[in-house]
Amino acid sequence: MDARTPVAATEPARRRHVALLVLFLLLVALPAIAQGIGQPFLIATFTRFVIYAIAAVSLDLILGIGGLTSFGHAAWFGLGGYVVAIAAFHVQDGSTLLGWGGSTEALVVWPLAVVVTALVALPIGALSLRTSGIHFIMITLAFAQMLFYLFVSVKFYGGDDGLSMQRRNTLAGFDLRGATAFYYVCLACLVAWTALCAAIVRSRFGMVLSGCRQSERRLSALGYPVYRYKLVAFVLAAAGAALAGALWANAARFVSPDMLAWVKSGELMVMVILGGTGTLYGPIVGAFALLGVEQLLSGWTEHWMLILGPLLVLFVVFARRGLWGLVGGRS
Amino acid sequence: MSALLETAGLAKAFGALKATDDVSLAVDAAEVHAIIGPNGAGKTTLIAQLTGELAPDRGTIRFDGHDITRLPAWRRTRLGLGRSFQITTLLPQMSALDNVAMAVQARSGSSFRFFGDARRDGSLRGPAAAFLERVGLAAVAHARCSDLSHGEHRQLELAVALALRPRLLLLDEPLAGMGQEDSAQMIALLRSLKREVPMLLVEHDMDAVFSLADRVSVLVYGRIIATGAPQAIRDDPAVREAYLGGQGD
Repeated sequence: MDARTPVAATEPARRRHVALLVLFLLLVALPAIAQGIGQPFLIATFTRFVIYAIAAVSLDLILGIGGLTSFGHAAWFGLGGYVVAIAAFHVQDGSTLLGWGGSTEALVVWPLAVVVTALVALPIGALSLRTSGIHFIMITLAFAQMLFYLFVSVKFYGGDDGLSMQRRNTLAGFDLRGATAFYYVCLACLVAWTALCAAIVRSRFGMVLSGCRQSERRLSALGYPVYRYKLVAFVLAAAGAALAGALWANAARFVSPDMLAWVKSGELMVMVILGGTGTLYGPIVGAFALLGVEQLLSGWTEHWMLILGPLLVLFVVFARRGLWGLVGGRS
Repeated sequence: MSALLETAGLAKAFGALKATDDVSLAVDAAEVHAIIGPNGAGKTTLIAQLTGELAPDRGTIRFDGHDITRLPAWRRTRLGLGRSFQITTLLPQMSALDNVAMAVQARSGSSFRFFGDARRDGSLRGPAAAFLERVGLAAVAHARCSDLSHGEHRQLELAVALALRPRLLLLDEPLAGMGQEDSAQMIALLRSLKREVPMLLVEHDMDAVFSLADRVSVLVYGRIIATGAPQAIRDDPAVREAYLGGQGD
């Protein structure tokens, strides 16, 4: 037959499956490990890693799979967080928002965060996707900054200072105060979201999205209205980031405009690139790596960015498929 | 016979350059119509207007009874105007089979389907494999598109276009950059397709044009100076003057 490599070579695929299984088992065992080595604070640390991983996977859906370099992804993360914090604020305050007294039930406010964010992302995506390339990067950044300044200026919800939550949401009446319980809830969200994204990538929709990245011109010639597909992907990715933001608000019991800042968008991009653009699982590893290195180095020197910067350069130059590419060995 | 594709008074200028100058062209439903012309005659600009990548300044394009002058490219494809690209435009990171399957998928209703593995969907893979077989690429079905040779890319372009089951196939220099052997093979393949699908062929290769086309239009400086049967075009003094320049035989 033909010596050229088939698209889905089986050997690296098996290695990726093994790596994924190992990663999953480690995350499941983490609370036990943390307790075992007498470092229970690691549970809270990894809760945050897991939350960022959700946001990074959602960014990879449009950036890595769809080839849409959105530089405003943190806006959806922050918006999701604010929805949860504002709902809790009204419960604490006794005031109402458009006649609604707020809620602290996760089954109400988390889906609400996702839906509200998706509804905001829809018109912003519809406008942004009229452009492409560098213009798309700039317009997504501009919209994110607009949302950032919106929350800075709304003094009622804390403005610059942010907004605190007295306690975490309850999940179907169940208390999420315990670090381990909350960790597992976040981990379940990561697994569910990543599995959903993986299914989408394999589906007919995913094939079209991947085609958009490779040649939009070809897709149009095949009769696909590419704009609509990109818009749906944009909104889906925003929804995933909103879920992460809702979890983050609970983890920190605090939201602030910093969650929407362009620096945060940049961090999410770094996680995706470090982990492996377009690999979907790589950004999880990327999030852990970036936050882990940050945690380790910042305990040692406050100039940790000086070390992380060159590391990133090395990755971009020598490991195009990121950390996940080192595992999967895909070209 | 009513024309399948028809342009009337089509015009497109870039500054002072009239790239398309009052072009009225009719492709019938059962013919292979070739457009020839020297470099810079405006063939690429004309094709771009027919496919919807470039908007004409004036004039209309009708396809199968519809006015498609202002329709975006994807809508024209949906109406049955299939095309191949002069410079290979495939999905480089997908396999040859994937590339054709994407065309089959485009025809099989909405792709807003978020579940189910598209690569294991027999209703996409089966027909795609048949089209690959048809152009002689069955052996490299699972090879990454970017690993294929230039000749194979040209064949794959054709397989993708055929998989759209177009009512008219617009072929933009299907032999571009091919060696003699590959060209002969491609011409034979196109010949075998002649009865199945009408074609509008833009081609430099005169042997190909004269052996495939039922009618030939000659484009010079954005204008069509002659349309007719291949032999009549060969013998037309104006064409010989403007284009063949006495090298025609």
